[in-house]
Order: sequence, then structure tokens, then C-alpha cells
Amino acid sequence: MFDAKISETTVTQNDIKIAARKVQVYYGEAHAIKDVSVDILDKTVTAFIGPSGCGKSTFLRCINRMNDTIPICRVEGDILLDGEDIYDKRVDPVNLRARVGMVFQKPNPFPKSIYDNVAYGPRIHGLARTKADLDEIVERALRRGAIWEEVKDRLHQPGTGLSGGQQQRLCIARAVATEPEVLLMDEPCSALDPIATAQVEELIDELRQSYSVVIVTHSMQQAARVSQKTAFFHLGNLVEYGDTEQIFTNPVDPRTESYITGRIG
Amino acid sequence: MPLSWIVLGLLAFAMAGFFLGRARATRAVQGDARKLHSLPFYYGAHVFLMTFVSAFGLLVFWMAAQPSVIGWWIGAGLEGEPGAITLQLSEIKRGAAQLLETGTSPYDAASVVGAGAVRYAGMVQAGHLFMVVAVVLVALGGFFVSLRQVSGEFRARNSVEASVRGLLIGASLIAILTTVGIFLALIFNTIEFFRIYPASQFLFGTVWQPSSGGGAMQPLGLLPLLWGTLFISAIALAVAVPIGLFAAIYLAEYATPRFRNTVKPLLEVLAGIPSIVYGLFALLTVGPMLLKVFGSGGLGWMQGASSVMTAGLVMGIMLIPFVSSLSDDIINAVPQALRDGSYGLGATRSETIRQVVLPAALPGIVGAIILAASRAIGETMLVVFGAGAAGRLSANPFEAMTTVTAKIVSQLTGDSDFTQPEVLVAYALGTTLFLVTLGLNLLAQKIVAKYREQYT
Amino acid sequence: MSGVPQKRSLLVADSQLTKRNAAESRFKIYGLAAIGAGLFFLVVLLSQIVMNGAPAFFQTQITVPLTLDPAAVAKAEKSMMKTAGYRGMLEEALWNEVERGGIETQLKSPKELREMISAGAPGNLREFALADEGNQGTEVRYTFAASSRVDGYLKGRVTREGSKDDKGIRPEHFDLIDALVAVGVVETRFNLTFITGSDASDVRPEQSGMGQSMLGSLAMMFVVLGVCLPISVAAAIYLEEFAPKNRFTDFIEINISNLAAVPSIVFGILALAAFIQFGGGKLEIEALRASAPLVGGLALSLMTLPTIIIATRAALKAVPLSIREAALGVGASRMQSVLHHVLPLAMPGILTGTIIGLAAALGETAPLLLIGMVAFVQTDIASIGDFFTAPNVGMPAQIYIWAQRADGAWYERAWGGIILLLVFLVAMNAIAIFLRRRFERRW
Repeated sequence: MFDAKISETTVTQNDIKIAARKVQVYYGEAHAIKDVSVDILDKTVTAFIGPSGCGKSTFLRCINRMNDTIPICRVEGDILLDGEDIYDKRVDPVNLRARVGMVFQKPNPFPKSIYDNVAYGPRIHGLARTKADLDEIVERALRRGAIWEEVKDRLHQPGTGLSGGQQQRLCIARAVATEPEVLLMDEPCSALDPIATAQVEELIDELRQSYSVVIVTHSMQQAARVSQKTAFFHLGNLVEYGDTEQIFTNPVDPRTESYITGRIG
Repeated sequence: MPLSWIVLGLLAFAMAGFFLGRARATRAVQGDARKLHSLPFYYGAHVFLMTFVSAFGLLVFWMAAQPSVIGWWIGAGLEGEPGAITLQLSEIKRGAAQLLETGTSPYDAASVVGAGAVRYAGMVQAGHLFMVVAVVLVALGGFFVSLRQVSGEFRARNSVEASVRGLLIGASLIAILTTVGIFLALIFNTIEFFRIYPASQFLFGTVWQPSSGGGAMQPLGLLPLLWGTLFISAIALAVAVPIGLFAAIYLAEYATPRFRNTVKPLLEVLAGIPSIVYGLFALLTVGPMLLKVFGSGGLGWMQGASSVMTAGLVMGIMLIPFVSSLSDDIINAVPQALRDGSYGLGATRSETIRQVVLPAALPGIVGAIILAASRAIGETMLVVFGAGAAGRLSANPFEAMTTVTAKIVSQLTGDSDFTQPEVLVAYALGTTLFLVTLGLNLLAQKIVAKYREQYT
Repeated sequence: MSGVPQKRSLLVADSQLTKRNAAESRFKIYGLAAIGAGLFFLVVLLSQIVMNGAPAFFQTQITVPLTLDPAAVAKAEKSMMKTAGYRGMLEEALWNEVERGGIETQLKSPKELREMISAGAPGNLREFALADEGNQGTEVRYTFAASSRVDGYLKGRVTREGSKDDKGIRPEHFDLIDALVAVGVVETRFNLTFITGSDASDVRPEQSGMGQSMLGSLAMMFVVLGVCLPISVAAAIYLEEFAPKNRFTDFIEINISNLAAVPSIVFGILALAAFIQFGGGKLEIEALRASAPLVGGLALSLMTLPTIIIATRAALKAVPLSIREAALGVGASRMQSVLHHVLPLAMPGILTGTIIGLAAALGETAPLLLIGMVAFVQTDIASIGDFFTAPNVGMPAQIYIWAQRADGAWYERAWGGIILLLVFLVAMNAIAIFLRRRFERRW
């Protein structure tokens, strides 16, 4: 019915990182995601946009199987990470999530020190052999999270004591510390003020150098600012997917146009 | 006039007041209730309350005060040592009671006691008469004043609601009154005890061996009892905390809703069983079982079915649901966002629980454990049966020891002479128990309140 | 930097992951084991109660043909120990039955049957004989209780080996009992006395029952309901609906939550000092005396107060603000909005909390010990006043008394008493659950 229109990609040098094929998601009886197929590229920021309740967050959470924690949720279809089906029986979601990190809507630092927050992932995955290793990983992650300069003198103070924007960058640093290949961000700026939002957006742009970033956002301006590819979801369908510039200037589907011009949403 | 008649009479009079008040209000506006400030009911209720409550209050107060006043009056006229006066006074009271009931005094009217009894009886009768007159006067006064107040503009509802509000406040003051009552009951008797028994000997004594009529010489040391109490509580917590906590973790984090809805109420059945049942279970089931293994037939560490281990194990079983349901609440209060953050980083469930959920819930869980400890320390029936009767300072958990609560029971039951130290010591024990549990409760409440603040 | 894993296939679990998953399963097993332990204890406890307590509901009875000779009755009535004559009649009747049936026994005379007959049976026979002249002179099939040792032997509590040193019974008795059971003279029947009777003296467990203590508990529950419920609900209404937020109300709240955690024995001390020593002693209020259910009920009321206040406040809190605003919006006063709208809606919750509080009070023992509700009680209730003020015991106190007698037959009674107590508790909780399910409203 509403097959996704996979547009010609202009960034052909990037490989396909994640390939979703005919994905269906059900919450009990409710059909939350209908037949979504999409290719997400490496070293690219892909934005999922659409009105609330359109399924964009649900779809995002399918990519690292966070939906497994919800008992009534059922996923059908294939999602391939580097060609391997992540819903294969042999896949341990724990392993998957180490490679597909996630940043949440509300900053959720653990009630631990800043250092321990960042070191948590490397510790559970056994990435560091020595204390010096760990120190190095933590510092590099905090630098990538663009928060090192602000916290380097108080690494052992609780992460919950930081401001909202700092907390979110800490959470990004925490996600980066496990060396993921894909970074999923679920409305990472919705709880932040404009200045913090600008800092996080700048950070997202830098992260593109190393990762495939998928960001769910409510703000079309944000999608336009940070992403190279944009997917528009509506009522559980992937309506349109293509280069961000094309989606915002010359949408193919009338629903996309209505949304972008503010008639639905 | 018997008391019940007075009360019934008052009620009838006040009911009459209700109807008169209501009628007067309706009449004041020529039957047009819309012109009244309040519904007619409230005018009646106003008269009822003004009539009944004031007179009834006076009645209760008079009844409470009269015996003390008369006793003080008569006592002031007696001569001799304070102790002798008290004795004489109680004889006078007994004589007066008999005089009032049968009309004949057991004492010679010429003797001090006999004359006192006659005077006493006379005063009781006179006091009763005065009381009836005073109550009737107050009731009439309330009746007429309130009835005169009734008019179309009178704000009867506000007046009635103010009274009801007063009653509500009075009810909530009962809680304070109870605490004050506990405090007074304990403190006065404890002071009395320390007057006839050296405080240091009680607080630091290491031997507990009360003997009837032993006076201040008998050893009434707190330490063996405190040791038994703490030893049993420690074993109980060692059983209840791991089991309760792990059960709570499983129920909160792993269990399917169906499993949870079946198992949780079942575990809570353990909490609903009265402690005397656990006492019997300790004495007749667990004790003999332990005795088979650790008694003279086995390892030889245990002499009888009652022991610290017996009581501690069973108390542990009793506290499992207490620990688990408190911990369950607290674990559920940890925000889901923290769990998601951990899962999102690729942590397993157990890693998330151990490294994120439990550290976050730790203050609350500590609070729960403190509350459980306070429960264990205050538990009575279980230790009366399970722990033993002799106070002992020993490190062997298979020996019978006794606790503060068990000794409060044993010293205060039976024929107690409330002037002897071996009876009064129960109040000093009660004070110790009250202060310790109060301290633990306040501490736990503070910790838990702070914890809840953190996540709301 | 080392240890960063090479990009591996998702489908292959590395050794580290295997280890982590093993830790995961172990952790899960700890949880299940903890729940298993809890349920295991519950099963053991309940099965112990049922196994040990069920025999109390049965009593061994002896049925023999018996003719009451009016002359013998008259003679027995003249002697000092009136029941002694009746005991002789029972022994005689049983002896006749043995001889008639041709049962061989080593026992030589009717007197030696004494150990098999309940010490209370002669008294019952006397009542039977004096109740109606017609009972005398004709043959009736008369049933009377066997002694507690015979009873215990048939229930398996008393064994031949265990009774070697027991002066109360001999092997010859056991042989005779076996023979009498075979011909149906001795049989075990349902024991109504255990449910309706009162306490009996030390040597007559077969005559004791929980009936009296159930009345005592009932009286206390009435007192708790009458005293505690109105006060608690009034206090909760004030604190939840009217109280200004200030230090004084904070103080009241701290007080209530602390009272909820005060050990029950402390309430016993309070009741002893406030009601018995001060109220009954100093103020000479006659109704307040030791062992009276009224005092017991007051002690339990103070103890239950915080429970019901907390439950009522929760129920009031659950009624949404919009209901209050709707009432205030049409011009009701605050008092009217609470009494006419909020309180009725909160009623199911209040009732549920009250029943649960009552159930806890019903099972409470410690305060009763201190106010003397552990006396030996065999009174009959004559009037309503007596119902509340005549010395009595409560169900748990009766269980305590029996358990203190430290004897197999009495332990059996105590466990049986527990079964009765638990039946009441289960019933009360079932009503509470029913109320909650039936009337619970989600806003």
C-alpha cells in the first residue's frame, strides 16, 4: 500500500549499515509499525520525523531491540546490521546493544559519579584491561561527548549534579564509550534549552565522522540542520525517505508536504 | 441516679432541642426556608450540639475529677506517715463503697477510718447530687442560649460545621494523646523503679536473675536481655533480608504479571499470620527439628527446643514478606529511564539490577531493613515461646536466651506487686524498647522520605 | 588502547558473553530460590497447623447402655464429692459392656477403668440425671468422653512405648481400648465442645473449647469497631481534607506514622497504666478492670488507630480533586463537599482498611497478656454489660494459655485454636478483598 519510496542516494560512497525489510510492530492488538523498509547508511545522520504517535520512536527502539523489554511488543520482518539479522534467535540483544548505542529523550545519568557513568559500558563489556586503559576510554568518550573540558576537574562527583544539557552530553559520552557502530537518539534535545540544544546538535554533526547516527526529532528545523537523510513517518507508515534537502524542498508525497508546511502534526 | 439515665435524659432533651430549633427557624421566616441562611436541619443541629456536648463534657469531666478531689480532701484531714495515710485512705474508700451499697459500714463509726468512711460516703453522695444539678443547669443554659440565637440570619451551618471541625481536630489529637500516654506510663513507672533500684546496676548489669522480694539486691541487668534481643534480631535479619530482597527483585524485575499476582499475595499470607502462631511453630516444629541436628543426639550444641537460633529463624520467616513488600515498592520507584539507559548500553538484566537499580534503591532498602530490625526487636509472642526464659550472655546461638519483650511479659503477668523492683523493672525495659524502636523508626522514615524525594 | 573487540558477527557469542549470561541465569535462580524458600516455609507452616490442629476437632467417645438407678443417684447426691458416685456408675456401665461382649481383659475391677474415662464425664452424667426425672430408671445408650490419654492413643499422639513411665495409663488399658474400638464401643467423633465450650482445668483437655474466647474476641472487636473506627475516620478526614500545612499537623503525622510502628507490647503497657491503673484505679471507673474485654478492646483500638487512619487517608486521597471542586462549585461548603461526596466515595477503601486492621487486632496477643486477659475463665455471659466487662480471654490469649500448659493434649488444642483463629482471619481478609474488587474504582 504505502511502500516506502527509496530515493536515489546521493551519498553513494557510504555503505548501507542497517537494512530494514517489511518490518511490522504490534503492541498487543495495535499495529504500530506497518511494513516499513528502509536502508540506513554508515557515517550519516538520518532523521526520523513525523507527528507524535507516528511510530518513529517505536521503530528506532526496534533497531537495538529495546522493545524486547516490553512484554506485549511483537516485531516481524527483518532488520539487518551489516547483513546479519538482529532478530535471529542466536543474537543476544546484549551484544547487539553494545554495537548499537542509544541516547534517550530525557537525560538519564545513573546516580553514580561522572567517571563511573562513562566507565559503566566499558566495564560490563570488559573493554579495558587496566585502570589506565579505562581512564583513557573515559577521557576519550568525554572528549567526543564535548563535555571533557567542563567536567575534567570533577570526574568523581555525581552525574546527576550536572545541568540538563551537560547531563545529555554525558549520556552521549556514556553511549560512545562502548565504541558502538550505530548511535540511536530518541529526541535527545526535547528536554533541553536552546543553547544546550545547539551544543548537542554540533556534537551530533561531529559524531557523523565515526558513526551511523539515527535521530528521532519533533523539530523539522533540527532535522534540516543535522541530518543528511530524512524519513517521514505517518500513522505507522514510512511515507517518504530521501535526502534531507530533497524532503524539505521538494517532497514527493502530499502528506510529507502537508507535514512540512505545518498542516498536519 | 444511674449514669446511663443521665446520659439518656440528656440525649432526649437535646433531641427535643433539635426539633424545637428547627421549628423555630422555620417559623422565623414564615415557613419559607429559602429565606434562611442555612438549611433548617442546621438550626436543629446547632441547638442539639449546644445542649448535649457542653453538658456531656461537664459530666465526663466531673466523673473523672470527683474521686481524686474527694480523696485529696479526706486525705488532707488524716495524720501520719504518707504511706500510712495511703493505706488508711484505701480502707476508707472500701468502707465508703460498702456503706453506699449496703447501708452498713464494716468499720466502727467512732474510729478514724469509720468516721472517714461516713464522711467519704456523704461527700460522694453530695458530689453526685451537685453533678446532676450542674449538668442539668448547663444543658438548660445551652438549650436556651442556642434557641434564642435561632433567627433567619443566624449562620447555623457555620456554627455546626465549626463544632464538627472541632470534633475532627479532637479525634486527630488522640494520636498525640496516645503517644503522650505511652510516654507518661513509661516515664513515671521507670522513675519509680530507679528510685528503689540503682540505674547503673540496671543499665550495665550483666546478670538477670529476678527473685521475688529480692529488693535492690537482686541482679536485674539489662545487658543479657539486650544481647538476646539483638542476637535474635540479627539472625532474623540474616534470614529475612536475603530471601526478602531477592524475592522482591525477582518479582519486580523478572516475574510475569501473572506470576507476580499469584506469588505476591501468597508470600503476604506469611505476614498476616499472628505472631503467636509463629511462636508455637518455633516451639513445637522448628525447635525439635533443630534439636535433632544440633542437640545431644547430633552435634551436642543445643540443650532444648528453645534457642536464639529457633526464635531467630522463625522470626526471619515472619519478616520475609515485610522486607520483600517494602523492597518491592522501593525497587519499583526507581525510574524506568535508568534501566533503559543501562539496557541501551548493552547491560544484561542482572548487571542493570546490581549496578544501577540496587545502588539507586539502596537508601530505601536500608530504610526497609531498619524498619524490619525495629519489628524484630519489638516482637513478643514469638520469643516468649521460641527463645527461652533465662537471661544469658553467650555467643552460642543454640543456647536459650531471653529478650526485653519476653521479660516485660513475664514480669508484668501474674500477681504483680507494683512496689517491687522485679515488677517495676518491666517499665524500665519498656522504656528501653520504646526508645530503641522509636529511634529506628524515625531514622528509617527519614531515610525513606529522602529517598522518595529524590525520584519525584 | 587495547581490548576493543574486533567487529564480530552478532550471531556468535564470545566467551565473555557466555560468562555474563551464566551470571545472569545464576542471579535469576537466586531470585526464584528466594521465592521458593518463602513459599516452602508457608507450606510447612500451614501443613503443621492443619496436621497438628485437626485432631482437636475430634474427640474419642465411649457409648454404653446405662441405667441410672434413682437410689444410686440419691446416694451420690448426698455425699460430699457428688460426682464420685456418678463416676462409679460410668465405670460400672463400661465394665458391664466389657463383660457382656466377652472381651478379655487383664483389668480386674470396674475401678481400674477410671483412667479411660474423662474426668469431666461424671459431672456431665450428673447434669443428665438431674435434668429430667425421666432419665432415671430406664436404660439409655449413653455417650461420654474418653480420657485425653485414650483420645491421644487413638489419634496417635500417645503411644505404648511413650507411656511406659506414665502412671495415668497401663498397657492393659491399651489392649482393652483396641478391643473396644473393634466392637464399636469406643469411637472418635466430631468434637462440637471444642468450638462451643470454654476452658477446662489442667487435667481435662477433652472438655475444653474455644467458644468462650471467641465471645471475648467478638466483644473486643465490637469495642475496636465502636471506638477506633469513628475516631480514625474523623482524624483522617481532618488531616487529609482540612488541616493546614503547619508544624502542628506535621507533628500529628509523625506521631501517627510512629505509632504504627510501636511494638504491640508497648500498647499493653499503656493500657495497663492508663486504663487499669489510672482509669480503673485512680478514677474508680468500674468498667475498667483487669481481664475485661472492654479494656482489651481499648488497648487494641489504640493499636489499630494508626492503621485505619492511614488506610482512610489513602482512600480519601484516591478521590479525585474534581469531585471536591464540583461540589464546591455548586455552592456546597467544604464540610458538605467532604461529608456528602468525598466520604461516601472513599467508603469501600475505608472499610477494606478497617477489616484488615480488625484482622490484625484479632490475632494480637501481647497487649492482652499485660492487662490480664489470660486468666482461667469459665464464666457464662449473663448480660450485655457482662459481655464487655466480665473477665474473659481472647482467641489468641486462649491459645497462649493452652500452649503454656506444655502437654501434648493441650498443644493439640492450641493448634486447633489456631485453625479457628485463621478461619476468622481468612474470612475477614476475603471480605476485604471482595470489597476491594467489587467497589474499587479507578479514576
